[in-house]
Order: sequence, then C-alpha cells, then structure tokens
Amino acid sequence: MQDFAVITNWIHDFLISTLGLPTWLTVTIECVAIGIGLLLLYALLALFYIYFERKLCAAFQCRLGPNRVGPWGLLQSFADMFKILIKELIELKNIDKFLFALAPYLVIIASMLAFAVLPWGNGLQIIDFNIGIFFLIAVSSIGVLGILLAGWSSNNKFTLIGALRSGSQMVSYELSIGLSVLTMVCLAGSMSVGDIVAEQNRMWFIFSGHLPAIIAFIIYMIAGTAETNRGPFDLPEAESELTAGYHTEYSGIHFGFFYLAEYLNLFIVSGVAALLFFGGWMPLHFPGWDTFNHIMDYIPGVIWFLGKAFVLSAIIIWFKWTFPRLRIDQMLNLEWKYLLPINLVNLVLMACIIIFDWKI
Amino acid sequence: MEVTTKSMPYEAFKDNEYIEKLVEELRANGTNIIVGSLDKLINWGRSNSLWPLTFATSCCGIEFVSLGAARFDMARFGWEVARASPRQADFMMVAGTIVNRMVPVFRRLYDQLAEPKYVIACGSCAISGGPFRKSYHVAKGIEDIVPVDVFVPGCPPRPEAMIYGIMQLSRKIKVEKFFGGVNRQEKQEEFLKQHPISDVD
Amino acid sequence: MASLKEIISELQPSATFEEVDGILTVTVDDAYWHDLAYALRHDERLSMDFLVTIIGVDHVTSLGCVYELMSTEHNSKVSVQVSTTDRTNPMLHSVADLWAVATLFEREVYDFFGIIFINNPDMRRLFLSVDWKGYPLRKDYDESPELNPVSTDNERICDTTDRWVEKDGQIVKETVEVFKPGDFVVNIGPQHPATHGVLRFRTALDGEEIKKIDVYMGYIHRGVEKLCETQMYPQTLHYMDRLDYFSGQNYHHGLCILYERAAGIEISRRAQVIRVMMDELSRIASHCLFIGTYCMDLGATTMLFYTLRVREQILDIMEKTCGARMTFNYSCIGGVMQDLAPDFVQDVKALLAVLPANIKEYNKIFTGNIIAKNRMEGVGKLTREDAISYSITGPSGRASGWACDIRKWQPYSIYNELEFDEIIAHEGDSMARFKVRMAEMEQSARILEQLVDNIPEGEYCVKVPKMLKLPKGSWWQLVEGCRGACGFYLESDGGAKPYRLKIAPPCLPLAGVVDHITSGLKIADLITVGGSLDYIVPDMDR
Repeated sequence: MQDFAVITNWIHDFLISTLGLPTWLTVTIECVAIGIGLLLLYALLALFYIYFERKLCAAFQCRLGPNRVGPWGLLQSFADMFKILIKELIELKNIDKFLFALAPYLVIIASMLAFAVLPWGNGLQIIDFNIGIFFLIAVSSIGVLGILLAGWSSNNKFTLIGALRSGSQMVSYELSIGLSVLTMVCLAGSMSVGDIVAEQNRMWFIFSGHLPAIIAFIIYMIAGTAETNRGPFDLPEAESELTAGYHTEYSGIHFGFFYLAEYLNLFIVSGVAALLFFGGWMPLHFPGWDTFNHIMDYIPGVIWFLGKAFVLSAIIIWFKWTFPRLRIDQMLNLEWKYLLPINLVNLVLMACIIIFDWKI
Repeated sequence: MEVTTKSMPYEAFKDNEYIEKLVEELRANGTNIIVGSLDKLINWGRSNSLWPLTFATSCCGIEFVSLGAARFDMARFGWEVARASPRQADFMMVAGTIVNRMVPVFRRLYDQLAEPKYVIACGSCAISGGPFRKSYHVAKGIEDIVPVDVFVPGCPPRPEAMIYGIMQLSRKIKVEKFFGGVNRQEKQEEFLKQHPISDVD
Repeated sequence: MASLKEIISELQPSATFEEVDGILTVTVDDAYWHDLAYALRHDERLSMDFLVTIIGVDHVTSLGCVYELMSTEHNSKVSVQVSTTDRTNPMLHSVADLWAVATLFEREVYDFFGIIFINNPDMRRLFLSVDWKGYPLRKDYDESPELNPVSTDNERICDTTDRWVEKDGQIVKETVEVFKPGDFVVNIGPQHPATHGVLRFRTALDGEEIKKIDVYMGYIHRGVEKLCETQMYPQTLHYMDRLDYFSGQNYHHGLCILYERAAGIEISRRAQVIRVMMDELSRIASHCLFIGTYCMDLGATTMLFYTLRVREQILDIMEKTCGARMTFNYSCIGGVMQDLAPDFVQDVKALLAVLPANIKEYNKIFTGNIIAKNRMEGVGKLTREDAISYSITGPSGRASGWACDIRKWQPYSIYNELEFDEIIAHEGDSMARFKVRMAEMEQSARILEQLVDNIPEGEYCVKVPKMLKLPKGSWWQLVEGCRGACGFYLESDGGAKPYRLKIAPPCLPLAGVVDHITSGLKIADLITVGGSLDYIVPDMDR
C-alpha cells in the first residue's frame, strides 16, 4: 500500500532540516499550504458534484444533460461558478444585515471543517486525532445554525418556515446519525479515524459487522440524506412549497455558498459512510484471499475513497430523483417512531456482538 | 469577430443585425487586452450559464415545460437550473399573457432579479398582447413594463423557437462589456426611462 | 309524476315558463327568487342540487342572471331567469346558502355586471382589482384605457369585504374582516411554482397548519367573454384553445356543437368521429401532464419526464393533422378544419400499443410508493354532497363518488354509441383523484381503439356560410373537458356576433373548494390538494 505519510514527512523534514526554518514558520507554511489545497479541492469537488448530479439525473430521466459547454459539458459548472461569482449581491431592507451575511459562511465553514478528518488516503489526512469522528459530528452540526440564521435574518415568511423545518429536521436526524455512528465506533473500538480505517484492514465493517452494521448503514444513509436536506427530505427548500426555502432571499455568491455546501455535505455524508462501513481508503480485503487482497492494494487509496464516496452519493442522488417529498409530520414520525428505536436496539445488538466476540 | 454560441455554426445566426452592429461597434472602439480578456471570461461564464426563473402565466409555460423535458432537453445548454426565487435567476422567460392585475407583480419580479438580468418575451401575448390585444384587461406587450432582450414569436412558440431565442440571448451576452459597460445596476433605472426597449445591455 | 312545470308552478304561482332550447326556463321576480330556489333545492320531487353556473346578462333595459340547475337524482334540468331593472344599484337575492359554489359564481357576476347579491357573505370583486372602475361585461362599459390604466403600482390589498345583509326588511351594508387580527398570513402566489399558473392563495397559518385560505384570481383574466362579443362566430372559436389549453379540442368541440345546433347544421359522421378521437387524445395528453406535474409538485421530478414522453407522441399526432402543438383551432363550425393526416391511423395505433406499458410504469414508479401513499391517502377529502354543492365535476368529482361524466350523463356527438366505463371512486381524497385520472386514460384508449379502425369516409366539413348569422334565442351546451363539465351559454340577437357568450369553466369551482378541503391540513398538503384538483388558471380566469 502506498503511504502518503512518506511524502508529507519528507516535506516537513525538507522545510526544517534542509531549509533550516524554525518550527513555528514550518507549521505556518504547512497550514497555509493545506488551507489553499483544501479550498481548491473544495471548489473543484463541488463543481464536479454539480456536474455529476446533473448528468446522473439526466440519465435517470432519459435526457442527455449538459453537453455543450466544453467536452461532454464538463465546463458547465465552471461557467456557472464564474457567473455566480460576479452576480449581484442584492441588498435587502429591513433585515438583520450582519446575520444575513454571516449565515452562508457558517454553512460553508461547517462543511469545510468536516473535511479535516476525512481519510483521503493512507497518511493523507489533514488531522488524525483520537476523537476524529466525534469532531466531525460536532462541526457538521454548525451548518444548521447557518440555515436557521439565514431563514430568520431574511425577514421573509417562506425562509422562516424553511428554517424552522430545517431546524427540527436536523435536530431529529442528528440523533440517528449519532447513534448509527456510535454503533460503528463500538465495533471499531476507537473514535480516531485512522484507527477505524486500520481496523478494517482485515475486512470492511459492512461485512464483518453482521446484521447491526447493515442496519446501521441503512439508517445512516436515510439520516444522512435528511441531514443534507436532499430529497425526499428537502423540506427546508421544498421548491413547490416554499419557493426556495431558507435561501429564497440570497443571491449571487451567497446563494452560491449554500449551493456548494449542499453538494459538499453530500460528499461528506457519503465520505463518512465510506469511512464507517466501507473502510475509508482501505482496499477491498477478504481474510484468506491473499492474492486478491494484494491485487487490490495496487489501486491507490485515494481512488478507493473517492470511488466509494461517489457511488454512495449516486445512491443518495438516486433517492432524490425518484421519491416524492415527505411531509413534515411524516418526516418527524419516521425519525422518532421508527429510526430512533431501531437504532437503540441495534446498538444493543452490536454491543452483544462485541461482548460475545461474534465478529467475523 | 464571430459571435457564436454552444458550438453552433456562425451561419445559423447570421440574420441578427442587432448583434452584427454591436460587434462592429466593439471592433471600432477597441479594448485593453487585459480588460478585454477578463471581459471574455466573464461573458463566457454568463452566456453559458443562463438560469431561468420559473415564471409562466399560460399556454407558453407548458411549452416551456416541454422544453425542459427529454425531447428538447434544455439541460444540454445548461439552462435547466430553473430557480423559483428570482434572486437566483438570470433571465426571465415571460411565457404567457401579462394582464393588468399581473403587471405590478411582474414588474416586481423583474426588479427582484439580480443583475445581470435579461428578459425574453415569449409568445405573441408577451410581445404585443397577441390574440387578446383588444381586451380591456391585457397589457399590450411587456416592453412598456420592462426592457426586453429577445422576442420569440409564436402562439405558443415551438420549443425549438425557444431554444433559438435563448441562444440569441446567449450571443448577445457574449458582446457585453462588464467593465465600463452599461449593464451596471446604478445606471439601469435612468436607462430604463430613456430607452424602454431592449438595448439595455 | 307531475312535470317539472307543474311542480314549480304549484310551488311558486308567480313564475312564468317558456321552453328554450329544450330546457324549461322559469322566469321569476327577485322577491320570490330565494323561496323558489329553496324549493328547487330541497323539494323531494325536484332536488336540483347541482348549480352548473350563474350567467349574468345585460339586456340594456335590465340586468339579469340565468341560473343553470340540474338534478343528479332525477336527471332533470331547469334554468331560472331573474332580473332587475335598476342599473345604478342592481340587487338580487343570493343563493349562497343553498349551493356552496354560488358564493363564487355570484362574485363573478358582481365583478362583471355590478349586481349586488343580498346575503352573500363575500361581495368582493373576483377577477379585477379592488380599484377597477366599471363593470366590463355591461354593454355600456367604457373601455378607454385612461380609466383603468396599466400601472406598475402595487395592487391595493383589501382585507375587508363588504356584504349586504337583509335585516328586518332593510338592506344593510356591513364590512367584515377576511382574516382575524394576529393571523400569520403567508402569500402563496401569484408567482409560485406550485400554483400551476398565476393563482394566489393568501393563507393564514398556525405553524405548519392551514387555518384559512383566501383565493385571489384574475392574474390571467383576459376578458375572453367580452372579446367574444366583438368577434364573428367562427372567430370566437380560437379563444377556446387558450382557456384550458389542454382541453382545446374538447372546448372547441363544445362550442361548435352549440353553434351548429343554433344554426341547424348537420355535420358528417366522419367529422364527429374525428372530433371525438381528438377529444380523447387530448384527454390522455392532459392526464399525462397532470400526472407528471403532480408528481413533480410532490417532489418526484422524474415522473414528469416519463409522462411527457407519451404526451409528445400525442402532440406529434395532433401536429401532423392540425399543424400546431398546442393551440390547434381544429374543430370549426360544420366539421373540422382539415382532413386527417395520412399517418393518423397508424400513429394512433402506435400510441395505443405503448400506452398500457407506460401506464403500468407510472404505477410502478409512483402509485405504489409508500411516501406517495402517505402523502395522498386521506388528504383533502371531499364528500359526494360537498362535491355536488361545490359543483366539482370531472375526475375530481368522480373521485368523490359523483357520476358526473357528461359523456354518459348527457351524451353529445357519438358518445352514446361508444363503450367505455365511467370511472368512479368513493374515497374522495387526493389519491382517488389521482387514480381516477390514471384509469380514465385507459378508458380513453378504449374509445380510441373502437374508433381508430372505423373512421367513416365522407366530407370532413360541410359548407357553412362565411358570414354565419344565428337566429335570435339562447342555447346551452355542456361538454366534458379534461377537467370537468364545461358549459357554453349563447345568447344571440340575430347578428353575426354573439350577444353574450358565457363559458362556464370547470376550474373555477375547483379553486373555490380549496379553502373548504384544506382547512386543518399542513402547507405541504395544500400542494397535494391543489395539484390533485388539477385546475388550470387561465381556464378559471378566462
């Protein structure tokens, strides 16, 4: 397996020993480099996702999708970005100007922070600390704050309803996400992202975790779809009900932030699912199949991780374009009456499996 | 300079005298190389990313739905991101009759669009009142209300005509000037008053 | 059993009778009108429970109303004329307490003719704004644009309504608030993705729950009825395409039958078969689009693309024959405009071959979906009584268990020779309305199957004088559009232009019932209910 830690360590050594820079400067340079890299990656990934969804839904709908701008329409989302960057930011009267401007940044910061702990590849992780997955859940909940503020500060009834829906939705489904993540953390025995991936060296958790892992995966996917405000849980921005929901009043790049964050959150949700259930960057391994495992190792971890994330995102996109939207009470029923109890039972099951050591 | 769009041959658009005139003008004035290429980049983005506002009052709106469907698929050109909120849309396809009672609402929608904004008058009702021109409760064309960029005749226009109309709009954007042009918001109001017709850009 | 005439004259001796166009027409003085209406509605022998429409007519010397009434029980019809000679302050008695839909119909008459209805709870203008000057359908209406200019100033919102109430023999004007103080009123429309056009709901909410909906129309009111009065008979036809633009063929058909009956023109069987086939093709196309947009409203966007596939196929057939995709202007007085395209039979057969598989696919994708079931089942229940009282015809009425298909009830053209089932469901909820439409597509296909091989030879259009003049009199014709029973009322003064042409669209009552069936539901249900009623705003506004 390729280990990217070699490269990162080499850069670190190069800065300290060869150039003789002091440690504080080295760390600053590294942080800035990572920051820039992250921003670039963030933008590129979001643009790719926009294109990906548009092509994919076109395929579901017997259409062609974007194909005129650039080869196969690849530059379509770049054109969209250029346009949205220089689109007018409308100044509204009678709004809370500070909060109105702050909200999109909160949303985007939340999804950016979550990037820090995603396992991109072997040793290719920005920060790996012992509560990694906990950190991820914590920062991803900042996003809801942004949405609530956006709805509230716009001084518009539609946005307000959208924001309140979003609030209740996020608060409820956060529970499911938390519990299903907890189930998997039990199985892994660690909250550190690196350890969780390493644990799956033998086999991915979805295979080794018996039924509870599969249940946890299904619940995670449902709750994750709800967390990203995507159909069939797109009530906060239900187009046919609330025009554009909480971001009705946003224009230009502020709207662009919401638009990008939606796709990035989609990536994060599928990335975390890949991490917890499909081994993050870990290639497909089965105990005993040594040759197979070895061949799989030749595929770089980055490709494994991104591939898994894209496939899982495709499933979420598939949901969106197939299912009708839930109503607010049905959505809350689903969470509190079904998902939550199932999740709790599932946690107990998982605990049993670990205690009696039934792991495969 | 040839103003083409979406890999369509230039010959397909030859008949637009208005754009030919603009190109002449641009060529005569000349531009700074840096500003010029920045302009080009911006115009490339704008002309290739036209998001419509979901706005339809009558029959033409249904043809607009057909335009989005698999057969005519406006997604090929990147126009399928129909925004329900005017703040996020780029152009407004006025599909259908605008009646007296709708005029204030329509005008407000136009004002809510974020710059740069464009209007396509789609169908004879939007152009002149069409078959209802003699009615007591129909606005006789929308160009008295908002500046119009492209007129698409028909009752209702076929989806192909709509595609052609939006492509003409896209060409028009290509010869726009972002720096020092007239498409700045502060100038729009007085400009609207002086020229109630389409040469806002 | 005593005839209608005898029963009515027994109940109301002052009434006078005449037979117009085969329908018993009762003329009664306004003072006795409410009593007579009450008897018509509640007398066992009459039970006229279906108020088709109220037609305002300006006879220059007098302003009056024609009430078209039908009984679902006895299958009888009667029309009642009430008029007043007071032109400055015309007043008639309201029947809003007997037929729920009358509130809306009377508002329409008030808007067009300025007739005030005593005891109607809501006497605001319906289509025109509060500040509109004059009553457009009166013959002496001043059309000069200076009086009512096109203005970009925001419309004045009027949250109060006037009503004229009879108290101790005196008529008193009262002003009532529409919404209660403290109501959280959300404005849905006129520009809103879910209103299917430019309809406006002012919705009072309690959290997510709907307390009251106030429907505003007129954002696409184009004054078709007034325009028709200035056009020759054949010229009036093309407006029918632009009302309910999915039932263009059906509306054309209806108006042509009306004119042909009035002029005494017999049309060839070939033309009749062609018209019926076109009607049924548009019905399938219309229901296809309904299913697509309805699913899109509920969030399942992909269905729209699947249903539009069939619709495009039908539009191709239409285009080959009629030369247009939407506004066909195909039926004309005396038959149809041009003969069928050579490929017509073959194309229709190709359509019939793929239709069942498509319907099956729609059911597979959407109807069985658990979310769709939860969203639609039991939402927006409309009972049979309410459906009749609110005049909800068409698939929406049949979903409530009311057999209101005009093709069966009062067959026109060749429908009585055809074999098809009237689809009736009894649940009355959104799901029933959805399923009825789904099943109606199959029935329309059945009709097409019977006709496609039996299109008789013959001329497609008989010779009709270019300058068609109709004799003096009035006629009434009901046809089944794609959304319900559409009525046409023609009053002719013997000239080449209609004196009064009233189009009674099926969509107006549909909008009127929204408040009734959505109270207590969630906002999301408003979209479900509104979508399932499937109103077309240009049709209700005209």
